[in-house]
Amino acid sequence: MPGQKSAVLFAWILLVPALAYVAAIVVYPLLQTVNLSFTDASLRRTTNYIGWENYAKIFDPEFATIIGRTFLWTFLSVSLKMIIGTGGAMLLNAALPGRALFRILTMPPWIVPMAIGIFMWGWMYNGQFGMISGLMQRFGLVDGPVAFLAYGNTAFWATIITDVWIGVPMVTMYMLAAVQSVPQDLHEAAWTDGASRFYRMRRITLPMIFPAAITMSMISLISTFNSFDPIWILTQGGPSGSTTTMIIDTYSTALGSKKFGEGAARAVVICLFLSAFALLYFRAVTKLSKRMTT
Amino acid sequence: MMKKNAMIDRYRWWEVVLMYCGIFVFLFFVLAPFIEGFLVSLKPLGLLFSTPYKFLPENGSFKAYFTMWESVPEFGRYIFNSFFISSVITLVVLVLVVPASYAFARISFRGSGTLLGAFLAVNMFSGAVLLIPLFRLMRAYGMLNTYWSMIVPGVAFLIPTAIWLLSTYMRRIPRELDEAAYVDGANHFYILRRVILPLAMPGITVVAITTFIGAYAQQFIFALTFNSKTEFMPLPIGLYAYFGRQEVIWNELMAASFVGIAPAMILIFALQRYLVAGLTAGAVKQ
Repeated sequence: MPGQKSAVLFAWILLVPALAYVAAIVVYPLLQTVNLSFTDASLRRTTNYIGWENYAKIFDPEFATIIGRTFLWTFLSVSLKMIIGTGGAMLLNAALPGRALFRILTMPPWIVPMAIGIFMWGWMYNGQFGMISGLMQRFGLVDGPVAFLAYGNTAFWATIITDVWIGVPMVTMYMLAAVQSVPQDLHEAAWTDGASRFYRMRRITLPMIFPAAITMSMISLISTFNSFDPIWILTQGGPSGSTTTMIIDTYSTALGSKKFGEGAARAVVICLFLSAFALLYFRAVTKLSKRMTT
Repeated sequence: MMKKNAMIDRYRWWEVVLMYCGIFVFLFFVLAPFIEGFLVSLKPLGLLFSTPYKFLPENGSFKAYFTMWESVPEFGRYIFNSFFISSVITLVVLVLVVPASYAFARISFRGSGTLLGAFLAVNMFSGAVLLIPLFRLMRAYGMLNTYWSMIVPGVAFLIPTAIWLLSTYMRRIPRELDEAAYVDGANHFYILRRVILPLAMPGITVVAITTFIGAYAQQFIFALTFNSKTEFMPLPIGLYAYFGRQEVIWNELMAASFVGIAPAMILIFALQRYLVAGLTAGAVKQ
């Protein structure tokens, strides 16, 4: 059946609508971004090619700081997502009464409009009335109210925590599927030999779910690097730039100050990083699948 | 065998206590914003700003749930817009993705692996990177400040995952079925319509639900950038405008958020079986 000319033609007919759509809305704008990055495009009617000037502007210490901050922010967020998500997956896998309900209760952050969940975090971070500052004062951890979003350091962590909160359900469900696919006979064999629960977790469960954890963290890396909503809604990159990641910086350059050309150059730099991550991802996946089959 | 399984899953009492504590902490993290939001929606505005902080509301009432309809007059419209935009996106995605998935799952042609990889690569780029040219594209075609400005880019970024999920599902349908039809003289179009489509219905349902939720939950950046007309705003943007005002009426904002997300919450409970399937499909080798 395969390989026939008419079948191949039919395949392309089936693919053309989706291909054309993605080409028009993703690929063409992507090429346009590269093109724009060499111009001084703005709201003005005329646009001139200015060569590498936009890129030259990028190589200043300020942009280097933004790149560094983005990597730190992304690294912390992905790590926390993986730790909390994997821990949650193991707990939700335990044969305890109520686990079906607990699994459902994990999903709301994933399913409600992201922005609305972030509004609620905005209130929680409020120094005077928010839950976090309130409870910390109650337990005597801090003396007075802490306005988390008003200081660079705490705002940095506050945006990370909110981003982690958005990503945790996805990681939990994915890792739960991985934990459940560990063959039960391995556990039974070890159990018959008298291995403790902790020993089985360390020697059976964790090594078996390791490939899934690598895959998930690469997927998470790409989406976290692109994270826009939590930062934009909570701080818009402030106070004084302390939560400005590359995405936020690009957005405010391009659509805040309407410097389309400069913004496009920054977007191209983001795309280069993303491509590097994607390459890393494919290498990790092929390496893992090779190791699994041999 | 049953007995052994029961034994292996038997925990000592302190293990059970420890695990429930862990689950409690985990779920508290996940649900804290909703708990806090709900409590805020019950507090009268005057008491909201009282210090010291009180966890439980005094004189709590559901008053904000009634007054918010006056403070946010467009509220019903926002919810309608959210559902309308997400539904149209889901429909367009399905129309594009069902045939493409069949091609990937059932017809072997040169470059199919690369092409599938190329589709998945779209997932890498968030909308934010492409906003500038998209903005100009929308402006050129007069789509700014219309529903289309949110639907058109929304569809593009939901296609890759949908193709991935659905082609994985279709691949699991036994080949013998279409081969039998093929031997009987059926062509690919007939097989797609009469054999694969009916059998893939559960998979299509999962893809439809995941796409709808993706569209519903991620309405922000395109709506923020491409539309400034109140009558077309989806719920998150409508509330964001309200959130950005000088004096936020917090209890009403929270009440509005809860009424706005209630349909989604009901959806979770009704469809959670499909949700888990959609989230984890292709995650682990079968």
